[in-house]
Amino acid sequence: MAGEAQTSTEYIKHHLTNWTYGRFEDGTWGFAHSYEDIQEMGAMSVHVDSLLWSFGLGAIFLFLFWSVARKASTATPTGMHSFVEMVVEFIDNQVKETFHFKNPVIAPLALTLFMWILLMNTMDLVPVDWLPSLAMWAANDSHFFFKVVPTTDPNITLGMSFTIFFMIIYYSIKVKGIKGFMGELALHPFNHWSMIPVNLFLETVNMLAKPISLGLRLFGNLYAGELVFILIALMFGGGFMLFMAAGVAQWVWAVFHILVIVLQAFVFMMLTIVYLSMAHDESH
Amino acid sequence: MNINLTLIGQSLIFLVFVWFCWQYVWPHILNAMKEREAKIAEGLNNAERADHELELAQKKAVKILSDAKSQAAEIVDSANKRATQIVEEGQASGQAEGERMKAAAQAEIELETSRAREELRGKVAALVIEGAEKVIESEVDASAHADLLKKLSEKL
Repeated sequence: MAGEAQTSTEYIKHHLTNWTYGRFEDGTWGFAHSYEDIQEMGAMSVHVDSLLWSFGLGAIFLFLFWSVARKASTATPTGMHSFVEMVVEFIDNQVKETFHFKNPVIAPLALTLFMWILLMNTMDLVPVDWLPSLAMWAANDSHFFFKVVPTTDPNITLGMSFTIFFMIIYYSIKVKGIKGFMGELALHPFNHWSMIPVNLFLETVNMLAKPISLGLRLFGNLYAGELVFILIALMFGGGFMLFMAAGVAQWVWAVFHILVIVLQAFVFMMLTIVYLSMAHDESH
Repeated sequence: MNINLTLIGQSLIFLVFVWFCWQYVWPHILNAMKEREAKIAEGLNNAERADHELELAQKKAVKILSDAKSQAAEIVDSANKRATQIVEEGQASGQAEGERMKAAAQAEIELETSRAREELRGKVAALVIEGAEKVIESEVDASAHADLLKKLSEKL
């Protein structure tokens, strides 16, 4: 009984560990082969699987849309063309409704975020053992770590949200000037000189909360979803009744998860537009 | 949850992707869509205008046709009137000409008659004078007896 529990824990832990490349304590760089290696590398490491999938999926999205954009014409759209135009129109409407300032970057930014996160989230629907098993077979290593859903890696979600955070600061300064930006930080919400420290503290927390909540929301939702899939996958090994139950559960959870996947991509995009809109708003 | 260099890597990839989308994807697709929208709107507009024009042309055609009909009827009408007028005029002028010719003939006849009478009267006067000369064998002074002769010839 204890042994079985150990393997279950081991299974889950293995599924939640990234393929990591980093610097060992002796200064040499290499792939981690155990949890201890990863611990040892700390911050000086890279999740190769996360970045590979993230880059690959983003590249697929961009290639698809780019190939359509290259042949874009006023002729009647068909197939892929219609789909791409539908997505573009959807994003364009969302941006127009929320963002009332002139900035040509916002709409393509929103499109990139939505499609990219959607694709990354969709990797969650691939049965949890397929791609890791394939990777283990390809690497000829039964302990090979391989995570396929980039958005279950906080590095990926926070990487995006903090880039957006810097964009918020950049556009705030660009629109309001350095004085306006500092004034907003110092004289808000209490417009009195004696309250400046309090204002600074509150506004800084307020500002930092945006990227952190943005990144952690996406990560949390997808991580939880992934974990449930892993738990369901564990049930498949527990006899005939559990196998059938797991089949049903996997199907139900996957259907529910389709909603989560689209919703989280949409929420991330919308909040980004809203935050950037606030950065452009001088009356704020 | 270990934060590491992956975060920076993802940031860079993200920026590159957004830049690419902004430069090479978004504007091309959106422009094509806008152009198509304008084209469709223009097409619909043209169709509507053509429809309207057709309606106008049809109305105009109907009007022209009815105008032509009424004009033709008018022409026929006036032609008829003119014809009767001409006939009437002909009749009137014929009658007048006849009257005139009759009057002229009558005047001529009268003139001829009076001329013949004068001639005859002159001749008779001469004959009477000649006869009287012969009867009285005396010379009658024509000028002295002109009054007498004239009275005589008037009686004839």
